[in-house]
Amino acid sequence: MGAEPAGAVRGKGPRARRPRRAGQCWPWFGRRGSMKCLVTGSNVKVLGKAVHSLSRIGDELYLEPLEDGLSLRTVNSSRSAYACFLFAPLFFQQYQATTPGQDLLRCKILMKSFLSVFRSLVMLEKTVEKCCISLNGQSSRLVVQLHCKFGVRKTHNLSFQDCESLQAVFDPALCPHVLRAPARVLGEAVLPFPPALAEVTLGIGRGCRVILRSYHEEDADSTVRAMVTEVCLGEEDFQQLQAQEGAAITFCLKEFRGLLSFAESANLNLCIHFDAPGRPAIFTVKDSLLDGHFVLATLSETDSYSQDLGSLERHRPVPQLQAHSTPHPDDFANDDIDSYMIAMETTIGNEGSRALPSISLSPGPQPPQSPGSPSEEEDEAEPSTVPGTPPPKKVGAEGEGGGGGGGGEGSRLQNSLVPSSSARCSSAPSWPP
Amino acid sequence: MKFRGKIVDGACLNHFTRISNMIAKLAKTCTLRISPDKLNFILCDKLANGGVSMWCELEQENFFSEFQMEGFSAENNEIYLELTSENLSRALKTAQNARALKIKLTNKHFPCLTVSVELFSMSSSTRIATHDIPIKVIPRKLWKDLQEPMVPDPDVSIYLPVLKTMKSVVEKMKNISSHLVIEANRDGELNLKIETELVCVTTHFKDLGNPPLASESTSQDRNPEHMAEVHIDIRKLLQFLAGQQVNPTKALCNIVTNKMVHFHLLHEDVSLQYFIPALS
Repeated sequence: MGAEPAGAVRGKGPRARRPRRAGQCWPWFGRRGSMKCLVTGSNVKVLGKAVHSLSRIGDELYLEPLEDGLSLRTVNSSRSAYACFLFAPLFFQQYQATTPGQDLLRCKILMKSFLSVFRSLVMLEKTVEKCCISLNGQSSRLVVQLHCKFGVRKTHNLSFQDCESLQAVFDPALCPHVLRAPARVLGEAVLPFPPALAEVTLGIGRGCRVILRSYHEEDADSTVRAMVTEVCLGEEDFQQLQAQEGAAITFCLKEFRGLLSFAESANLNLCIHFDAPGRPAIFTVKDSLLDGHFVLATLSETDSYSQDLGSLERHRPVPQLQAHSTPHPDDFANDDIDSYMIAMETTIGNEGSRALPSISLSPGPQPPQSPGSPSEEEDEAEPSTVPGTPPPKKVGAEGEGGGGGGGGEGSRLQNSLVPSSSARCSSAPSWPP
Repeated sequence: MKFRGKIVDGACLNHFTRISNMIAKLAKTCTLRISPDKLNFILCDKLANGGVSMWCELEQENFFSEFQMEGFSAENNEIYLELTSENLSRALKTAQNARALKIKLTNKHFPCLTVSVELFSMSSSTRIATHDIPIKVIPRKLWKDLQEPMVPDPDVSIYLPVLKTMKSVVEKMKNISSHLVIEANRDGELNLKIETELVCVTTHFKDLGNPPLASESTSQDRNPEHMAEVHIDIRKLLQFLAGQQVNPTKALCNIVTNKMVHFHLLHEDVSLQYFIPALS
């Protein structure tokens, strides 16, 4: 046995010679795994439509591949609307949330960038055969590749930011009122309203009729009154109608239209769960391959005019709705949506913060509990963010990412890296000054 | 004051919708006059409207299957309402495939014209869309300003060419000049002229035909080829032409030299008169 020539590598056996799989990252480059999803056929357009839908709500898209499927989420700048689509693994021809043993990816992309890939739905339908979304653990770009007809391949390299998981704390099962109807019925019902209308009131009138009425804020100064439009639907139009007469909520129609157009194109039923005015309304669509949730804030106090939902065609006396007993500040942004809405989860163990019974959207396993002290997490957070972007905000800060949350007086998120009961929202949140 | 009407015929509904679309294009705010036999859409020649005035008239029984009204008083059995034209056209848009449409004067929190549309629905229950159009009731003392304008004897009366063609010509001319000369003669010739420092453009329309003269006194042995002309604001002409989505049954133009141009259109049974004053 002679000395080995210099530079020879001692083979360790077959294992060492196995070619490295694309996207496999070595542990010392970071804990983030690779992700790969392949969407084919008509599902590409469904995905595109979902992105269009989400773009009506927020400016940033949170992309998170979970074991349950790919989750796409967004929230609006004033935190009064949250939307999430979860695509089950079966939706994809190929689905790999992460490489084994690696952390799940969580990233945030500019909605505009992601939407630009799926901008033309017509083009998606006609020319795109496959769509591949992937992230190499080491790279700083999310790659979306469209395989089109005639061998054309369009590759989009999108920059992203690592982020915490965006999760809303809400539970449709807690809502006393439920309506379910084919999206088409609701789409037709919403047609008479002007496209520019911001808010609409939905309520139950006499004889279990479902009434939608345009809502305009009382503007003392304006001399020009707005036209009021009202649509009345019968009980028979609904597959499920479980609500008291007089129950009513007012929410943003523009945001609702986002989900509605998706549901119509996918021919799904749309379910509306709601509670008292001020509590968020939850709009859901579901089929075997995907589910979508839109959680919208509702006005906490509406004047008696917009609460009067009578059936006009027969001149019956108008049913008066119960006045909302608990006084709420008459301020759309300041209603208690915050206690139900978004709770920023951190990468640290979250036992304390999960004290509230809640159904988070990823009912699967919790985000991996990283062993170690909080400080280790904080240190780790820095290097894994995209260079040049501000680090995740620390305790007490509000808003999200660079530039503050925009939206001004909207309800703010409590973003805390230290789990504490004060950050949880069963009581009124403390507002940053 | 009371008013309620019902339209059940699909063709009547569509026609009424087209008329309201046209009015919405011609005037942002207009007056609706309701009388026992007719409905009028009126724009009076206030400064705010740039001196333009409009008078549109339709016979109610050509549209409504039911029509009841009670005016201001027995001697003044009319109702004058001011409304935003776009509201009415938007409300009527809902009625495209409706079973029936009801329109009535109501006072829910504020005076409005309520348009109630009964839609077809897959299920047995009726689906109803209601639009409350806010209105202002015009007091009796202002009615005198809202009467049918007097049409002075024109110097020339001529049938108009295809409005679409006219509109595309005027649209291009608008980019060059802000005012235009419209002139016509009794020989069936009509010209649209614009003139700037750099360029003159004239479009000639021939063989248009002239209606028979109403009164002989205005003829004055004038040479039939003599043109009567008027300078008008090009945008006002364009606005008028843009409102005509459908080709009218009949289209007439009366020119009073240096005073005004008067357009008189007939859309089936609905008459529209539009007056554009001369530029001073």
